[in-house]
Amino acid sequence: MSLTIWSSAAEIRDAVAGGEVSCAEVARLSLDRVSARNPPLNALLRVTEARALARAAELDALCARGGALPPLAGVPLVVKDNLCTRGERTTCASRILEDYEPPYDATAVSRLEGAGALLLGKANLDEFGMGSTGENSAFGPTLNPWDPARVPGGSSSGAAAAVASGMVPCALGSDTGGSVRQPAAFCGLYGLRPTYGRVSRYGLVAFASSLDQVGPLARTARDAFLAFAAISGPDPADSTSLPDPPEPLEPPAPRLEGLRVGLLADQLGADVDPEVRALVAGAAERLRAGGAEVREAALPHAGYGVATYYVLAPAECSSNLARFDGVRYGLREPREELLEQYEASRGAGFGDEVKRRVLAGTFVLSAGYRGAFYERARRARAAIAADFARAFAEVDLLLGPTTPGPAFPLGREGGDPLSLYLCDVFTIPPALAGLPALSVPCGFTAAGLPVGAQLVGRRLEERTLFRAAGFLEEALGLAGRHPS
Amino acid sequence: MALDVPVIGLEVHVQLRTRTKLFCGCGAGFGAPPNHLTCPVCLGLPGALPVLNAEAVRLAVRAALALHMAVTPHSRFARKNYFYPDLPKGYQITQHDRPLATGGWLEVPLPGGGAARVALAQLHLEEDSGKSLHAAAGGAGGSRLDFNRAGAPLAEIVTEPCLGSPEEAADFLRALHARLTFAGVTTGRMEEGALRCDANVSLRDPATGDGTERVEVKNLNSFRFVERALAHEVSRQREAVASGAVVARETRLFDPGSGATAVLREKETFEDYRYFPDPDLPPLVVGEALLAQERHRRDEAPEALRTRFRTEMGLPDYDAGVLTQDRETAAYFEAVARRCADPKAASNWVMTEVLRQVKAHGGDWTRLRVHPEELGALLAQVAEGRLSTALAKAVFARMAESGEEAGTAVRALGGPVVRDGETLSALVDEALRAQPRAAEDVRAGHGRALGVLVGEVLRRSGGRAEPRAARRLLRVRLGLDAEE
Ligand SMILES: [Zn+2]
Repeated sequence: MSLTIWSSAAEIRDAVAGGEVSCAEVARLSLDRVSARNPPLNALLRVTEARALARAAELDALCARGGALPPLAGVPLVVKDNLCTRGERTTCASRILEDYEPPYDATAVSRLEGAGALLLGKANLDEFGMGSTGENSAFGPTLNPWDPARVPGGSSSGAAAAVASGMVPCALGSDTGGSVRQPAAFCGLYGLRPTYGRVSRYGLVAFASSLDQVGPLARTARDAFLAFAAISGPDPADSTSLPDPPEPLEPPAPRLEGLRVGLLADQLGADVDPEVRALVAGAAERLRAGGAEVREAALPHAGYGVATYYVLAPAECSSNLARFDGVRYGLREPREELLEQYEASRGAGFGDEVKRRVLAGTFVLSAGYRGAFYERARRARAAIAADFARAFAEVDLLLGPTTPGPAFPLGREGGDPLSLYLCDVFTIPPALAGLPALSVPCGFTAAGLPVGAQLVGRRLEERTLFRAAGFLEEALGLAGRHPS
Repeated sequence: MALDVPVIGLEVHVQLRTRTKLFCGCGAGFGAPPNHLTCPVCLGLPGALPVLNAEAVRLAVRAALALHMAVTPHSRFARKNYFYPDLPKGYQITQHDRPLATGGWLEVPLPGGGAARVALAQLHLEEDSGKSLHAAAGGAGGSRLDFNRAGAPLAEIVTEPCLGSPEEAADFLRALHARLTFAGVTTGRMEEGALRCDANVSLRDPATGDGTERVEVKNLNSFRFVERALAHEVSRQREAVASGAVVARETRLFDPGSGATAVLREKETFEDYRYFPDPDLPPLVVGEALLAQERHRRDEAPEALRTRFRTEMGLPDYDAGVLTQDRETAAYFEAVARRCADPKAASNWVMTEVLRQVKAHGGDWTRLRVHPEELGALLAQVAEGRLSTALAKAVFARMAESGEEAGTAVRALGGPVVRDGETLSALVDEALRAQPRAAEDVRAGHGRALGVLVGEVLRRSGGRAEPRAARRLLRVRLGLDAEE
């Protein structure tokens, strides 16, 4: 068997289709890697071995009958533990859902399994997707495979660590303000936030509904694309899903002719780590050398992004998390009085960051404050979206850093939520505008930490992102480098 | 004069007559065992999302048009946030700042003839909550929750504060009930909560324009309760004003047992529902096509129909009222009357036999297996004296039960009709022997006594004798001309 833990999803699928390896063997390879690497990294909250092996057996039987194999046949995958899986606990890394088993699968999960993927486990996260370090999990932090003293980013922390450490070639995360792209950047991966509405949110436990989007993380641009294509497309169960057909499975050719790239110069200022700045500028140079037209671009209102986001996302979160009241499911702290029971259940069930956001969100929607906060933030959101529309009249893609710096040490920012919120400064604006954005590995710092560049495209133009990503992947030659 | 004139406004919740709930595919019916009509969406399970029921929109638009309202082309849904155990998501999906329809009026017949127009403020769509079943105070087992009703589609119709007396309010509610039931918007079954009403009551001084604080009275779920509760509330406020007390702004609950209202909550603990647009639902667009269809099918208003039944068909007002209680009854009656050419006979049958059958099937007209044309034909036969009323009733009941055709039902009920031959001759002889006095009367020129003899023949034949033939033979035996 020529496959290794570093084989890509595309390679695994071809090996399965060519009869070189069975799905069961692929699953075993991944499960062994999980046994070896998960205890130190804490990337997966649960391993769904039985489910993966059952699906593998079905696919192997199909293969033996000579049936046509689906596009991700035999590819092991993990999904963030805020995606519902029927009969498998889905905790959102929260005490309040510690024992919760959904009666249905999220659309993205059933589409992946339908495409032949083997669901191997449920990945750790910042509780309910709230955080950017992976440290806000009720079940312990996830470590960065490149440097276990550092955070893997968040909130799709476990998904990123599982892919970067070779447990699986690909994972599904969710991105509200950067929760796929930022951990992808910290872990040296491709991480896509699709156009809002391109992937169904049905079965994704909501944090901020107008921002949440399911997206893949992978070690190669092609794998990220394949997973995206498999889960994209309209879903009658999600009223906000777009009517556009699923993305065709064949990735675009990595050619740059005629591509106009806007380099976001504002995002390469003094606040950004010099090594990150240099690596992103280097990526821009590569694109220019490859035939793209690179010019400077600006988003004048992007500076309001973080403030806007931290009004709107908590507002929606305060409402979305109201259902966790200990009445019908989840943690209940029984009390004689109803109000006391609510307070005790939610008090014991939610972590500090979740409580902070529920409180903030309740406040910004309250009578007397709504206008000053919530309504104003909605206007700022519209202004940021208008910035992007203006920029995309001139260019096809925008390029900048995904994060201001590389992965930082665990616990470093623990005391100061505000400085942590600023990590999302570049990933938030495209999320507010509902645009597709892809974090692409663009090199390593001197200390050996991966750095990501963010590509932002027009609505529904994920393919354009992958044209540039595929080119950079070849040009930068980073593919062979793995954490030790 | 002082503060004396009641000012009443009503908020009426009308359950729309849809097959499924407002945002999921669960049945919206009544009477299922607890929690049998539920799914992840209406239970508010994590990750589930609402999908708007187009039929509910259609019925709400129909209601708006019937009430002469302006339909908002782009309305939207909002979340009303509050905690209650029977509210599964911790918020209710409703419409707040952009309701489906505004303005409009309803004509309410006045007791002394004529009609008054009641001005309406708005109509909006919203989902119902579940039901809390509280154990007796101090009893074991606590409260139980039934979510069958959670998510049922409601249209809330709000009047302007323009009703001047409890009687007027009750008359309005009756007229609204008749109008919407007739249009097929709701089943109108009060006992199932198809129409529920809250009222706002205050007193006004017409000279100065001053008014008391508005008091909300809840739980007015029958026409009688509305009148009683409002009468109690108006006199309570008058007494308060007379004794120099202040009428506090508060919410009161009507207790049908005592006939009084009692404080539910004081407005000082003003609830802040933190409304904001629901990010899970796109704006509700009511297209021209739907409006055109609903305008086109707009029914003759029941009042107009009632007048027509009285004047053109010569029905008593009571009959006209019963027959226009809903659209189906009126349509069925008209079809029967057209076929049998005797409106009063058709009316008698529809009001008794037909409505009895429909009621036996829970008010479901689709389960009535006798086509109005068939009933019309049956009544024509009765009118021509070819079938006794008794046999016709038995035939109708059998047809309704078995779905058989009239001919089959007649045969099944004791063979063919007796209209000549020895059997009829023998029956006539028996009748003349049994009713010698009637026979004498007829011979003496009292033609009306012939009916007694015909009845006797029919009774002895078990309803199978053809009345017309029996009459003819009786006349011959009594020495009269065969034809009258
Ligand atoms: Zn349901």
